[in-house]
Amino acid sequence: MSKARITLMKGNEACAEGAIAAGVRFFAGYPITPSNEIATIMAQRLPQVGGKFIQMEDEIGSLGAAIGAALTGVKAMDATSGPGFSLKMENLGLAAMVEVPLVLINVQRVGPSIGMATSPAQGDVMQARYGSHGDYGIIVVSPSSVQEMFDLTIKAVDFSEKYRVPVILLADQVVGHMRERVVVPPYEEIETTYRTEPSVSPEAYLPYRGDERGVSPMAKFGSPYRWYANSSSHGEDSFQATSDYAISEKLIQRLTNKIEKNKKEITEVREEFLDDAEIVIVAYGCTARSARGAVLKAREEGIKAGFFRPIVLWPMPNEEIGQVADTARAIIVPEMNMGQYVHPVREAVSGRAEVFSLPKVGGVAFSSNEILEKIREIVKNG
Amino acid sequence: MADQANLSYLVDKYFYASQMPTMWCPGCGNGVVAMSMCRAIERLGLDMDKVIHVAGIGCAAVAHWYTKFTALQTAHGRALPSATGIKLANSELNVVVTMGDGDAAAIGGNHLIHACRRNIDVTAIVYNNFNYGMTGGQVGPTTPLGSFASTAPYGNAERPFDICRLAEAAGATYVARGAVYYVEELISLIERGIRHKGFALIDALTPCVTVFGRRNKLGTPGEMFKAQRRLTVSMKKAKDMSPEELEGKLIRGVLVEKEVPEFTDEYDKIIAQAQGRGE
Repeated sequence: MSKARITLMKGNEACAEGAIAAGVRFFAGYPITPSNEIATIMAQRLPQVGGKFIQMEDEIGSLGAAIGAALTGVKAMDATSGPGFSLKMENLGLAAMVEVPLVLINVQRVGPSIGMATSPAQGDVMQARYGSHGDYGIIVVSPSSVQEMFDLTIKAVDFSEKYRVPVILLADQVVGHMRERVVVPPYEEIETTYRTEPSVSPEAYLPYRGDERGVSPMAKFGSPYRWYANSSSHGEDSFQATSDYAISEKLIQRLTNKIEKNKKEITEVREEFLDDAEIVIVAYGCTARSARGAVLKAREEGIKAGFFRPIVLWPMPNEEIGQVADTARAIIVPEMNMGQYVHPVREAVSGRAEVFSLPKVGGVAFSSNEILEKIREIVKNG
Repeated sequence: MADQANLSYLVDKYFYASQMPTMWCPGCGNGVVAMSMCRAIERLGLDMDKVIHVAGIGCAAVAHWYTKFTALQTAHGRALPSATGIKLANSELNVVVTMGDGDAAAIGGNHLIHACRRNIDVTAIVYNNFNYGMTGGQVGPTTPLGSFASTAPYGNAERPFDICRLAEAAGATYVARGAVYYVEELISLIERGIRHKGFALIDALTPCVTVFGRRNKLGTPGEMFKAQRRLTVSMKKAKDMSPEELEGKLIRGVLVEKEVPEFTDEYDKIIAQAQGRGE
């Protein structure tokens, strides 16, 4: 067994290496800060491993190219930030509808619009889930460290292949640009997932008939399985069904439920100090780092504080958050936006505990003291 | 030729009878373009499994509903980026793109010029009917000056694009214009475009009889087809015509054809270089 490599890496660099380790062999991108390093490294690394890189004419085009590549059987990726993420929404919905596995990285920056290109934010949490028109299921993972930029990129690729769905790695400028120690396992020892291919005859192949999970086997473009990747409402055979309401209903339900109904296998949360916790911080991404620090400091002061981090943001870990609410009396959601993820948290808590939003905007990450202050305030107010 | 001798053989081979009748209006030229594409593919003897049909959205971009090729229907204007991804990821595939004029030159205009510049081996067929037919006949980037459209009720005040000249200026290495009245020529132009190593654009003029034709009082479908004799002129004839005589006429034939290194070939060289096996 070869040894793991221990190295110092930048978050975006770890993301690119994670993609290579996961078997991503196609990247299409367009320049945008603060995600640029990912494309820069992919341009260098992909041809070395026989993969392809292309810088497209715009953000829309780069996700389009990734969709095309993924259909040929290649693991494909795209990365963006801020305004670029908004431009991706059309093709993101297309990937969800046509059921193309791919990974879209969003290194969040301050918005709205051009905002602040080099400062962090978490303002795209709702857009990541609901940004494209219509209803569909999607998976969003949220890294908090450089190690996770590596590990969760691999996980994102695996999810996309397993559920035939676009997956968003929702990073932020802090995690994308900071440098940390990373343990990089030998790539040949990393277990990766590849989409299920059809086992029936080409004549019997139904590209949009979900299995018991709601996921359909996917044939490579260019194989004897001729099929139609259809962005219009379609039946199991993939043909147009734009005036059949029952088919449309069934399709939209399957697209949503193949994620929502498999939540148990997808959900990943980190829980610390919850056993006796009265006040629990629910935080994700770079904010989770400060939140954990605040919890540790509160504990030193004798406050029964707990830490809950959704690593997979979407699908929403309702059940796990609900369990926290069964024992805690207060839940604080600090996030670098005007209060977004606090809404589904409140819904999951469903009145069982008091939920406090702790919003922060403007491009400066939370300090642990700011979150600690909120904990103290809640203690003080009883 | 065998393909002309046996139409039902071609229809069975290339089209899903189960999806017929098509959604095209009676008298529409789009079916002629779709069949011309299939005849070109038949003449080239391509393996149908290796032909990927990519489409945008609109009256043109429904041809793939009926053809028996593996297909991707993208969003409006977005066919070329996905076609680029398909070809770059697997250069063994023959990628044929169906777009309308609005699809290609308005909402997809940026993708079009960069596909031309990049010279990736993809064949793009633009079904050019001078308006947005599917959505009710709105004015588009190829609508002639002064023509009427649902969103140009007083006549079009914008100058139209000549898609072929746009493609040429953007660096396309094969540019041709055909018209459905000259079907044999159209088949040859598409065939030559698919055979061309590099980005090929075929501007296929096809009458929209129901919307554009009716609104502009252009007569019956038969008259609109025949009008292509007046509205277009072959390259051969155009050579001997004065600029005044050519005014208002679109030139048919192969307008650009040149050998330039193709993108996926060039990228293979980059892979070789990155892997230390470069020249």
